[in-house]
Amino acid sequence: MKLNVVYFAWLRERIGKPGEQVETGAGKVADLVEELKAREERYQAAFEDVSAVRVALDQELADFDAPLAGVREVAFFPPMTGG
Amino acid sequence: MLRLQETAFDAGAELNDFTRNAAGPAGAVVSFTGIVRDDSGQLAHMEIEHYPGMTEKAIGAMIDHATRRWDLDAVRVIHRYGRLEPGAVIMMVATASRHRVAAFEAAEYLMDYLKSRAPFWKKEVARDGTASWVESKSDDEDALKRW
Repeated sequence: MKLNVVYFAWLRERIGKPGEQVETGAGKVADLVEELKAREERYQAAFEDVSAVRVALDQELADFDAPLAGVREVAFFPPMTGG
Repeated sequence: MLRLQETAFDAGAELNDFTRNAAGPAGAVVSFTGIVRDDSGQLAHMEIEHYPGMTEKAIGAMIDHATRRWDLDAVRVIHRYGRLEPGAVIMMVATASRHRVAAFEAAEYLMDYLKSRAPFWKKEVARDGTASWVESKSDDEDALKRW
């Protein structure tokens, strides 16, 4: 399956791009994170502490054990600081 | 009503316009205005990043929830993104209701959720050029529990 993966704030800076198309067989978010970490050092650095990372699936907040079936866009970002 | 914009806005003019439009059924208007704070005295500017698409969905859902939970006549949320100087207005929330309690509570609810559930990230750039991302506060997360 092909996913649109997007990154924000310091995750975007550490990975060095705002997003990318990822071809993956990952069943859930945590599996996708492991695949990305295995790619290159910069992904390893970005996902080093996943307790500091939040995920949204098709623009809705989700958990790391959420399934990816049917999902088109996955976003990774730090805890939000609006207001 | 929700507006996301890069450009500055006049919070006073917005509040007057909101009040004029809500007058009639509404008997109370509450508003909050957030401004860029400079604790260290070293802040050159702030950069606010957001997630286009999700920001509108997330805040839209908060406004829907507030409108169902409280007897509101009108809601206005304006949030800026991009580069902001110290003292600049970042955002405002205004609520209008028949009575003040609903307007106060809905405004607080919206502020609590905007803080930690709307996809914005703030970066502070100091005068010496060093940049740091503002970290979320556990107090802000705890504040959601009261709703």
